[in-house]
Amino acid sequence: MVDYVRAQERRTGWFLTIPALLVLALVFAYPILRAFWQSFFTINLGNQLTPAFNGLGNYIRMAQDGRFWNTLWNTTIFTVATVSLELVLGMGIALVLNQSFKGRGIVRTIAILPWALPTALIALAWTWIFNDQYGVVNDLLLRLGLISTGINWLGDPTLAMISVIIADVWKTTPFISILLLAGLQSIPGDLYEAQAIDGASPWQSFRQVTLPLLLPQIVIALLFRLAQAFGIFDLISVMTGGGPGGGTETVSLYIYSTVMRYLDFGYGAALVVVTFLLLVLVVAIATFFLNRSRKRASGAV
Amino acid sequence: MDKKLELVDLRKQFNAKVVPVKNVSLSVGSGEFLTLLGPSGCGKSTILRLIAGLEQPTSGQVLINGKDVSRLSPGDRNIAMVFQSYALYPHMTVRENIASGLKLRKTPSGEIQTRIQDVTDFLGLHDLMDRKPGQLSGGQRQRVAVARTLVRRPDVFLLDEPLSNLDALLREHVRAELKQLFGTQNTPVVYVTHDQTEAMTLSTRVAVLNNGYLQQLDAPERIYMEPANRFVAGFIGSPQMNFLQVPCESRRAIVGNHPIPLPRGANMPTEITLGIRPEHVHLAQSDHEPALDGQVFLIENLGMHNLVSVRIQGQGEPITVRAIVGIEHRLAIDSTVRLAFPPESIHWFDVSTGDRIQTASDSTSVVSPSVTPTSVTS
Repeated sequence: MVDYVRAQERRTGWFLTIPALLVLALVFAYPILRAFWQSFFTINLGNQLTPAFNGLGNYIRMAQDGRFWNTLWNTTIFTVATVSLELVLGMGIALVLNQSFKGRGIVRTIAILPWALPTALIALAWTWIFNDQYGVVNDLLLRLGLISTGINWLGDPTLAMISVIIADVWKTTPFISILLLAGLQSIPGDLYEAQAIDGASPWQSFRQVTLPLLLPQIVIALLFRLAQAFGIFDLISVMTGGGPGGGTETVSLYIYSTVMRYLDFGYGAALVVVTFLLLVLVVAIATFFLNRSRKRASGAV
Repeated sequence: MDKKLELVDLRKQFNAKVVPVKNVSLSVGSGEFLTLLGPSGCGKSTILRLIAGLEQPTSGQVLINGKDVSRLSPGDRNIAMVFQSYALYPHMTVRENIASGLKLRKTPSGEIQTRIQDVTDFLGLHDLMDRKPGQLSGGQRQRVAVARTLVRRPDVFLLDEPLSNLDALLREHVRAELKQLFGTQNTPVVYVTHDQTEAMTLSTRVAVLNNGYLQQLDAPERIYMEPANRFVAGFIGSPQMNFLQVPCESRRAIVGNHPIPLPRGANMPTEITLGIRPEHVHLAQSDHEPALDGQVFLIENLGMHNLVSVRIQGQGEPITVRAIVGIEHRLAIDSTVRLAFPPESIHWFDVSTGDRIQTASDSTSVVSPSVTPTSVTS
């Protein structure tokens, strides 16, 4: 027998989704497809911005472009370092915030502040913190007698990378800790009591109960952060502008320069396409693990 | 070796106003099944958590096999507990769940295998061993939770309302199962419930609690037959016992227009509380039987009999008495009935303290630690 009610509901459902799908097509599908299309053309100042078909020319150029590989390497380092540091610190903070203590509400609010502030402001603040002459970091190190002359934090490629990583960790750790805190609060307390009665140490309980049951939230945090960190632009743009000497230039900054500064639209589109595909790949892998961990934590597998 | 759990003057105080457990002392021996029974907020769960070590007592001691464990962490007390929610680890299989406690205690794996085998044989869990809790029914989960405690071979079993998450039919079945199961363990069992049927059917002894005080600690039949005070009398038994506050005149209680002789234990009160269970009130067979006239105003069909509410006109306000009456008596609303109170079934309570007044039929040794202070402020 045909389920008329359900069929009717399904039709209404489609009807209601159409506006949203149209918007999505307009703001997502069209720009992405256009970037794909453009990436096969040469469009730059050399040909007066008149598109000239160039086949895979842009991609071949990319393979030989040392600056591209350098930015990809920088992006990877930045992503791996920030995401892993944020995950570990965020977990620690979440575990602390999950305890009951006096003034927990206030501490929770304070803990999320860095994430709530605009990135550009935070970047400016950290630029001053790491300033070689007036920065508070050098001042502290000098007073402690650990160094005799100020370190030029943002003037050295390695130190600059470390600086932007610290700034990003400071800004984004709260995001992860709030996400993990929500997960922690969904774990029933009597599981820990059962562990205590069985004689488990806190570390054993963490390994056997907290970690496996928190896996879905950890993977969600990873997913968000991987995508965000891979596309990092604002923080580094303000703090170092990608310098010194390309030491902190990420893929996003390079794409921005290619398109907005060198007005090389064709090559920029090719860079966008490759970055886009890489990101989709990473997110797909993370989603796969997310689904598996979710099922495992709920006991469905 | 005989196992034993003792609570000595155990008290838990959160602040000046919140004192869930007020100086409770009791002991549970090998093979004893003690139920902590009382309404919610009576302190029964707190006592269980104090025994487990999940809470620290404000004063008093918990002794297991004669050793003071009050300062030990839960893991060092060798106890096992079935939680109300079962507290099964959702990401572990049934086998891993059952083994988890033994693994944490570094039991040799051969020993773990043997013990799990024993328990699964005993509880018939073979087909479920590789499933996860999410794939089990409520009754199966409950059985896994029980298996997890049995496999530990603890010094004390603690069960916190383990049947409350099961539907009525299953509950009855599992109740019988639990009784058989823990009967074979020869280990003290402490069981917490607010359900008097569970308490009566499962226990060797019942501790009735109210307001943090131990009201009565006795065998189930004594709790029913000789309730230590008005609270116990009203809490145990369904439908609830009838309580009539009646005036007294020279060693007689006046019920309606009918004088009933007071027990010898009573010392010339002006008023007394008479208690009688609905199942003991019956329709007077003859005119010689002392009985009260009343009017039926409500009939509730309980299947095998009716619960009849009767309004009795006395000297003052009319009083209501409920009686269990066989369905063969075809009573109608507003019909007049004669209710007889067999003297041997009457319970007498002091009006002000609520304490039981001894009657001739009471067993001689009354151990009930009836602590019902007049002021419950501490």
